Amino acid sequence: MERRALVSTRKGLFIYARDDGGWHLAQSHFGGSPVTLALADRRDGTLYAALNLGHFGPKLHRSEDGGASWEEIAVPAFPTGDGNPALKQIWSLEAGGADEAGTLWAGGIPAGLFFSEDRGANWRLVDSLWTVPDRARWFGGGYDDAGIHSILVDPRNSGYVIVGISCGGVWQTIDHGDSWSARTEGMYAAYVPPEKKYDTAVQDPHRVARCGAHPDSLWIQHHNGVFRSTDDAKQWNELHPPVSNFGFAVAAHPKDHLTAWFVPAHSDQRREPVDAAMVVNRTRDGGRTFETLRAGLPAPAYDLVYRHGLDVDEDGECLVMGSTTGGLWFSRNGGDEWQFESTRLPPIYAVRMY
Amino acid sequence: MVMATVHFTARLGALVPAKQARVDGATVRDVLKHIFAQNAQLKGYVLDEQGRLRKHVCVFLDGERLAHDAALATCVGPQSEIYVMQALSGG
Repeated sequence: MERRALVSTRKGLFIYARDDGGWHLAQSHFGGSPVTLALADRRDGTLYAALNLGHFGPKLHRSEDGGASWEEIAVPAFPTGDGNPALKQIWSLEAGGADEAGTLWAGGIPAGLFFSEDRGANWRLVDSLWTVPDRARWFGGGYDDAGIHSILVDPRNSGYVIVGISCGGVWQTIDHGDSWSARTEGMYAAYVPPEKKYDTAVQDPHRVARCGAHPDSLWIQHHNGVFRSTDDAKQWNELHPPVSNFGFAVAAHPKDHLTAWFVPAHSDQRREPVDAAMVVNRTRDGGRTFETLRAGLPAPAYDLVYRHGLDVDEDGECLVMGSTTGGLWFSRNGGDEWQFESTRLPPIYAVRMY
Repeated sequence: MVMATVHFTARLGALVPAKQARVDGATVRDVLKHIFAQNAQLKGYVLDEQGRLRKHVCVFLDGERLAHDAALATCVGPQSEIYVMQALSGG
């Protein structure tokens, strides 16, 4: 089956395609401009690319012809006044439910959640999350302001949505954004005074991933550990992967709720591969045990994989991984072996398989 | 009547009108407002959604670089030349 991958980089968007001969670079767009992430909407085939122009702010572009042409569309914006900030970056972008054609969710830095009902022509801030009292205690994780990096629409009910915030925890709505509940039970933070350890507002889930076929099964790569939930985020349990429990990226198998992949990195002080060896951790038994996958991955290497730098296709077999030093790898067998893409790419912010 | 001439950095490419127009307005903000009324897309590149000059955009008025926070409120003269440029702080 044909597969494509969107690779968003510091210097443009690269679209890779797989045919019988393997993966090859098929298209490149927005040369020289930072593309922070991209989305392929499976409902209608539309592509979206979020840019963050250093001087001129965040922008959003849409392609209805597979990338052949792009048009700039509205960018999510905070309402004017009331001490509101300006959007610095689109940090997450996801399609709404399968039964909600044309709907999109976008998460920003600062941590505003935005919703569009018309394929990005118009956006509105989701006030109910922006006004939760806890937000006053959210803080930046890697950026000056807190941001929303993960948006997970429940495939069983489009009104059920989970968001992940660095730093602000995990939140869930079951009424399409009218109200929100914190979902951090079981998580802890090792980087605050002990009395704040279980505070929802200080939790730093670097990335949240969900099994599409079994949506109650969720995974988190947190700042100080790896967590799993089997009950739709009501309770999180810590897992103990080898190599390191620090990292940013996690990918959930779309069909097998026991399988997920993580890219460990050496501690928050260092943020590089442990022993200068790139590896991927995979569990296939719900986090009870892990395999550390190394075949085809480089050593010595100093690549760091950001939170949006790992993705898996809808079969759970084909993976793509991109690093901040422009390393790009593909696997066609669930991570058992990795093939290095030889093009020397710009720093990679996000990858997405479609 | 105050009529300033406004130049935009070539980095804004096709967003900027090819012909430099002389624009009415008492302050930099007023002048830009008139231009943005004809070009809403350009507005989002120069100002953020709160109407502030983007952090890494700078304005020169008659050869002098304006202090960032005061730039929009600065009064322009009848023959002023305004340049809207990229600040090198933005990389």
